[in-house]
Amino acid sequence: MTDGMNLTLNIWRQTGPDDKGSIHSYQVEGISSDMSFLEMLDVLNEQLNARGEEPIAFDSDCREGICGMCSLMINGEAHGPEVTTTCQLHMRSFKDGDTITIEPWRASAFPVIKDLVVDRGALDRIIQSGGYISANTGSAPEANSVPVPRDKAMRAFNVATCIGCGACVAACPNGSASLFVGAKITHLGELPQGQPERYSRVVDMVGQHDHEGFGGCTNIGECAAACPKEIPLDVISQLNKDLRTALKQGH
Amino acid sequence: MADPVTKHPTLIEGARASRTSIALKFLMAVSGLVFVGFVLGHMYGNLKAFAGHDAFNEYAHHLRELGEPMLPHEGFLWIMRVGLLVALVVHVWAAVALWRRAQKARPIKYVVKKHTGAIPASRLMRTGGLTILIFLVWHLINFTIGKVNVQGGETDDPYNLLVDTFDVWWMTLIYLAAMAMLGAHLHHGVWSACQTLGITGTAQSRARAKTLSLALAIVIAGGFSLVPIAVLAGIID
Ligand code: HEM
Ligand code: SF4
Ligand code: FES
Repeated sequence: MTDGMNLTLNIWRQTGPDDKGSIHSYQVEGISSDMSFLEMLDVLNEQLNARGEEPIAFDSDCREGICGMCSLMINGEAHGPEVTTTCQLHMRSFKDGDTITIEPWRASAFPVIKDLVVDRGALDRIIQSGGYISANTGSAPEANSVPVPRDKAMRAFNVATCIGCGACVAACPNGSASLFVGAKITHLGELPQGQPERYSRVVDMVGQHDHEGFGGCTNIGECAAACPKEIPLDVISQLNKDLRTALKQGH
Repeated sequence: MADPVTKHPTLIEGARASRTSIALKFLMAVSGLVFVGFVLGHMYGNLKAFAGHDAFNEYAHHLRELGEPMLPHEGFLWIMRVGLLVALVVHVWAAVALWRRAQKARPIKYVVKKHTGAIPASRLMRTGGLTILIFLVWHLINFTIGKVNVQGGETDDPYNLLVDTFDVWWMTLIYLAAMAMLGAHLHHGVWSACQTLGITGTAQSRARAKTLSLALAIVIAGGFSLVPIAVLAGIID
């Protein structure tokens, strides 16, 4: 074991939504490579508290890669250099003497609340506009009453792993949320229960996406490279195909 | 934590498929594929230069008679011209609309941004497209509308105008640079169009679309480049 890493952190500070904000430089010392990235920020915040400075605001909740709350643009990559969430990123991915630039997700649809915390309510509203299946309430139906073909079930499960973190938007040069919308469209569109609302859903969700001010997709692929859940680009093809079908059906 | 800061968190009502950003992409993809069809045919015609003066001029002349007597003289040519002009207006209009939307979607840029997962061509689409547009204007002045012979020679003989043009090294250079841009545009554009049209729903079909995209880029950019290179090298004279 060495004495740990010394790092220079360039971090975006912004006191509130209306503040202009700017990059501030901090030094941290003796960071263990076993620490998670957020623990490293916790260390910095303890130092700031001790000095009587305002700690850095950043989002996190589960810290085990399943809730989608953590964010952070780390050295120009959403969730940093590994294919994982920021909370599951460890300091062994960095080395002593590194300079690390940390910024919030940048999108007009994700306004900064404070420092590194952004409001991702736009994604919730996209879900609200159509990312659901309407079902009568009552006791849970028998699980095998509606059979789902194996391949469709697998695809739906795989894309249902999207945690709504917004890394795809953060990484996209167009600020588009197409990977997120595509994941939801594919997830619900593969299941029999999702069929009745399939084509009104895609129009409503894309309409809300555009209304929130996200950009249009140009199939660059930085979203899929940044996605911690490895959602593939073919969900965007599926999204486009479903929208094309909806167009034909007069939605 | 603070309250959400989105100014107008509203749900929209009555969304229409035809009004979405994806509908714009459909227009872009279809007009782009119209161009791909055209440049393939155009490239085939250019390669006639290797068959000599008479074969090339005869081809140019034949284009004017195509479809006669069903169509009037130059009828086919004018249908093509109008079709291409419409496609160009649609393509550029949609490009500008999506460009502006993208700029509004990220008003504050990152201090540091890597482009993991992107091929360079994909990030050259807008500036590259603009370059192609500027080249296109010059190209039409050069060979079609204006007929400019930079060597001051005759302009009513298509073959001789071509040879006189590409005998000048910097004309060939401009042309080759434009073809490199076109190649890059197609390298990403054809794949992007497949994706936009929703025909790349599996890992396999995505791999196939990318191969097709690269192949078309090489064939088209390479095929167009052969004639000016051959003229400059003295193989065509
Ligand atoms: C006249 C100037 C042109 C401009 C300004 C232009 C611009 C653009 C832009 C901005 C895109 C979308 C970017 C993207 O998908 O990443 C695009 C897509 C495309 N362009 Fe062009 N382009 C031009 C000419 C051409 C030509 C001459 C061709 C064909 C030879 C072409 C073929 C395509 C194709 C196939 C696409 C893909 C459509 C899609 O994304 O779904 N473009 N173009
Ligand atoms: S698609 Fe991936 S990157 Fe985008 S919100 Fe879902 S999990 Fe996050
Ligand atoms: S904090 Fe829950 S995914 Fe990172």
